[in-house]
Amino acid sequence: MTDSPAPVNELSAVKPRGGLTYSVFQYAGLLGVLVLLVLIFSLMSNHFLSKQTLVTVANNIPDLLVISVGMTLVLIIGGIDLSVGSLLALSSAVLGVFMVDWGWPLWAAVPICLGVGALCGMLNGVISVKAGIPSFIVTLGMLEMARGSAYLLTDSQTKYIGSSIEWIGVPVKGLLFSPAFLLALVIVAVGQYLLTRTVFGRYCVAIGTNAEAVRMSGIRTAPCSIVVFTISGLLCGLAGVMQTSRLSTADPNAAVGLELSAIAACVIGGTSLMGGRGSVINTFFGVLIIAVLQTGLAQIGATDPIKRVITGAVIIVAVLLDAARQRWKRRE
Amino acid sequence: MTGDTQSLRFQARDVCKDYVVRVLDGVSFELRAGEIHALLGANGAGKSTLCKIISGLTPATKGSMLLDGAPYSPVDKRFAESHGVQIVQQELNLIPTLSVAENLLLGRYPQRWGIIDRRELHAQARVALDRFGLTEIRTDQSAGSLGVGQQQMLEIAAALDRKCELLILDEPTAALSAGETERLFARLDELRLRGVGIIYISHRLDEIARIADRLTVLRDGKFVSTHAVSEFQPIERVVDLMTGETQAVQHALAEHTNRAMEQTLIRVTGMTGGPVRDVNFSVHAGERYGIAGLVGAGRTELLRLIFGADRVERGELYLRDETAPCRFHHPHEAVAAKLAMVTEDRKQNGLLLSQSVRVNTTLTSLDLLTGAAGVINRRREAAVVEAERKRLQIHARDIEQSVGTLSGGNQQKVAVAKWLLKDADVFLFDEPTRGIDVAARRNIHQLFDQLAEQGKAMIIVSSDLEELFETCDRIGVMSAGRLVSEYARADWSYDAIMQDCFSGYSTPERTAVSGSTP
Repeated sequence: MTDSPAPVNELSAVKPRGGLTYSVFQYAGLLGVLVLLVLIFSLMSNHFLSKQTLVTVANNIPDLLVISVGMTLVLIIGGIDLSVGSLLALSSAVLGVFMVDWGWPLWAAVPICLGVGALCGMLNGVISVKAGIPSFIVTLGMLEMARGSAYLLTDSQTKYIGSSIEWIGVPVKGLLFSPAFLLALVIVAVGQYLLTRTVFGRYCVAIGTNAEAVRMSGIRTAPCSIVVFTISGLLCGLAGVMQTSRLSTADPNAAVGLELSAIAACVIGGTSLMGGRGSVINTFFGVLIIAVLQTGLAQIGATDPIKRVITGAVIIVAVLLDAARQRWKRRE
Repeated sequence: MTGDTQSLRFQARDVCKDYVVRVLDGVSFELRAGEIHALLGANGAGKSTLCKIISGLTPATKGSMLLDGAPYSPVDKRFAESHGVQIVQQELNLIPTLSVAENLLLGRYPQRWGIIDRRELHAQARVALDRFGLTEIRTDQSAGSLGVGQQQMLEIAAALDRKCELLILDEPTAALSAGETERLFARLDELRLRGVGIIYISHRLDEIARIADRLTVLRDGKFVSTHAVSEFQPIERVVDLMTGETQAVQHALAEHTNRAMEQTLIRVTGMTGGPVRDVNFSVHAGERYGIAGLVGAGRTELLRLIFGADRVERGELYLRDETAPCRFHHPHEAVAAKLAMVTEDRKQNGLLLSQSVRVNTTLTSLDLLTGAAGVINRRREAAVVEAERKRLQIHARDIEQSVGTLSGGNQQKVAVAKWLLKDADVFLFDEPTRGIDVAARRNIHQLFDQLAEQGKAMIIVSSDLEELFETCDRIGVMSAGRLVSEYARADWSYDAIMQDCFSGYSTPERTAVSGSTP
């Protein structure tokens, strides 16, 4: 039917996609889920709909948020990064060692911390791309190595840093949000821009869709993939700084299992684990949904086991909804 | 036998199919026992949909069907198969990691106490293959290790190994070499004598003229008419019925203009790698150089070597007037040297199926559409893609439609469009019109002409000799990895080229097949 020559006026009568209404529609599903959750929790708890809740949610999520941005990119190129939680802990450990043991100032220690994250991420990328090993396996190895290194560096001790780093995670006076959260928002914006407006982002989507077709189009896929893993590692380093500031402490035990939360956030946001499809903004909604769920359930007094059962169910329902939406879009 | 051929094997009355729009609108169709009935129409005319309905892959929205006089409404493919209706679709449906035998007998493995009887499995598969003349295929090799042509033959063999009263073949020869096509036709002749009704879909009109008894034309989901094939002399006149246009034949018969110029744009010397052995040739600016050969002769591999997609063992490339040879290790080097390649398998390595026409079209040329820091100028991108869409007449709802939902012909136009934006000098086309409709094919042939006019060099690999005759200035023939001969327009003939195609293979079975080609 698509092949029958359509008259030109009929073609131009078709409303072009894009534009504001389309993008609102695109996010409507997730926004709806979010609003629904807020509604349910405010009905169940008198305290939920308050400034305090907003502040709590906003200031708890920066580390998960920036890691999920990196994860979104990795998933889009058809990879996966299981090492993010461990890399966060390793960067945090590095920060602790430099600031506490060696007395470095924050501004000097942070670049080291970011560098460690980026380097490990790059290693993930180089090994998986150059040796052709699935990133699942390489990053699984990195997960163990980074976690072990974090313990080695800190001698398995938490390191208290204190006020020199706390300000990053504390709401700015007169503003509800912490510098960490604001920075995370900037990262989301930059990530979305990178993904949708730049050649790099376009190549990421293309590689995740069909890497061989990209190669046969005369495009080198390796540098692009390595950069994506490096970005993911770099953002782990940043998340390490954020979490350390929130707890005032460098903790080698930090962020165990965070990779699964990040993947969950991406998947709730409609990112395909097969690669080629995903959106940073939607991942942001995914993170918000998880955070609201956690905070809300805590407020209505749900126990940890119940929290986990419900969170798991929400992940599956979200993906089912997304699958239905995709089918509907294809039919249309 | 004559009485048998008069009886109706199958009848469809007023069949409709609605997806979002009506794609099949009140089609009636009759198939006699013992006839080969060609189904013709441009892509999207409804041929595939009709066949899917007959074979139980999708239900009809409206209408009735009779099989051997009894009401027939298949609920699924299994049901249709149990009634002797077999379909071989255009897309290959083999499981590449399973063996030939496991694919051939899929779903009906010989078992003993629930355990597959491997010896019996391979024995049965051997019989089925031998009956089809596929003696060179081993039953224990993986299906993925076969060439595309052999895979296609395997699928047809698998269909014929089941109960088969009505056989539907959708573009069966698209991936077949001339020799394999002959083998298939011989087998179809046998089936016709046995009273099997065969529905045959092909864009290759010469094949239809040769093998089909009657033909039915569909246009835009509607039944146009049914004729005896002999009514069309030459067969190309049937194109008028498909497109509703009359200039169709004129183009096919149009005078070919040789636009080849002095300057050599690409010279290949001693190219060796994979199955390709010591290939030498050169192509001038404005020249269309065709490469003929059997499937497996190494034509695709030759293009891939030139394009840097596979490892070159030996051999050099000289581009334009450069005296220094170049050798590409990755396609991006070839593209930087102004080469472009439209690949054989659109789905595998040509297109990003789930992405839009826009994304696919500009993939190769994003560098031309960026401002500072690699940011894509979206307005310009949309304008450029829109212009390409108009120029190549890509029929899509808009440039955001995903390429996977387009018809084969329009997919191919997108695959070509993405290289036109790039200012390449040398174009490599691998089976540029395989499995696409007549109108799209004509578009692409016109494009060859335009590119020649602009002084581009083209290397065109096609299994369709007619196509090479129609479009090329020179034809090189490959056989068993070597370029065995070259013909200019004045010298070539079907017989000579076919002979050369087979010349590299010396097994008696192959040469016997070549002897029977027209």
